Amino acid sequence: MMAMESELITADVVEAGEFPEMAQKYQVYAVPKIVFNDAVSFEGNRPQEAFVSAIEQVTSKDAEGDAES
Amino acid sequence: MPIISKEDQDYVRSLFDEKLTGDVTLRLYTQGASKLVVPGRPECPMCEVTQQLLEELVELSEQLTLEVRDFYTERAEAQADGITQIPTLVLEGASKGKIRFIGAPSGYEFATLLDDLIDLSNGTTSLEPASRDMLAALTEPVHIQVFVTPT
Repeated sequence: MMAMESELITADVVEAGEFPEMAQKYQVYAVPKIVFNDAVSFEGNRPQEAFVSAIEQVTSKDAEGDAES
Repeated sequence: MPIISKEDQDYVRSLFDEKLTGDVTLRLYTQGASKLVVPGRPECPMCEVTQQLLEELVELSEQLTLEVRDFYTERAEAQADGITQIPTLVLEGASKGKIRFIGAPSGYEFATLLDDLIDLSNGTTSLEPASRDMLAALTEPVHIQVFVTPT
C-alpha cells in the first residue's frame, strides 16, 4: 500500500518457505517479518505508525539497527 | 483441474465486478515450460503452478491482463524490473512505486494479492493523511520486504 504513494518505494512480498536462502539472510524466524532497506526490521503485525517510523529511520543519515531496539 | 475452485471463482468475479475500476497488468517472470534440465540453473518448483493460478485469476475480470516473461531469455526486461528470483510477479496499475510478489501468491497471500489488485485498480489506499504526506516527501529509495508464509 505504501508503494502506491511514492515512486521511490519498492515493496516485495516474499514467500519465505520458497526462498530459504533469503529467509536465512534476513533471519526470518517468525512471519510476517518486515525489512526496510536491509537495515531496520520488525516482526508481527504493527500499526501504520510503525511502518512510517521505520521508513523515517532508514531515510535518515544514521539508519542502522533494529526498529525494536 | 482448476486451482481456483468454482465457488471461489464466483466470489472473486463478483468482488472484481464490484471493486475494479481501472486496468491492472500482472507481469510474471518465470521460466519456459521445457522439461530440460539446464546445468547450473536452479529448478523452479512453483513457476508452473503460479502461472496457472494467475491465468485463472485474470480470466475473472476484463480489467486484468497477464504478461508472462521468461526470466532466462528476456534478461533486459527482468533486469529493468530488478528480478533476481522466480517466480516473481510485478503489479502495474495506479501506483507510483513498485509492488512485487516473490514466490507463489497462495494461501493468505492470495487474499493480499486480491487487495493489492483492488487498490492498484482504483489508485486509492487506506493510509492516514500524515503517512501519505511523509511518503510523498521521500527523497531517497526505500525497499520494503515483507516475509510471509502461505499458512
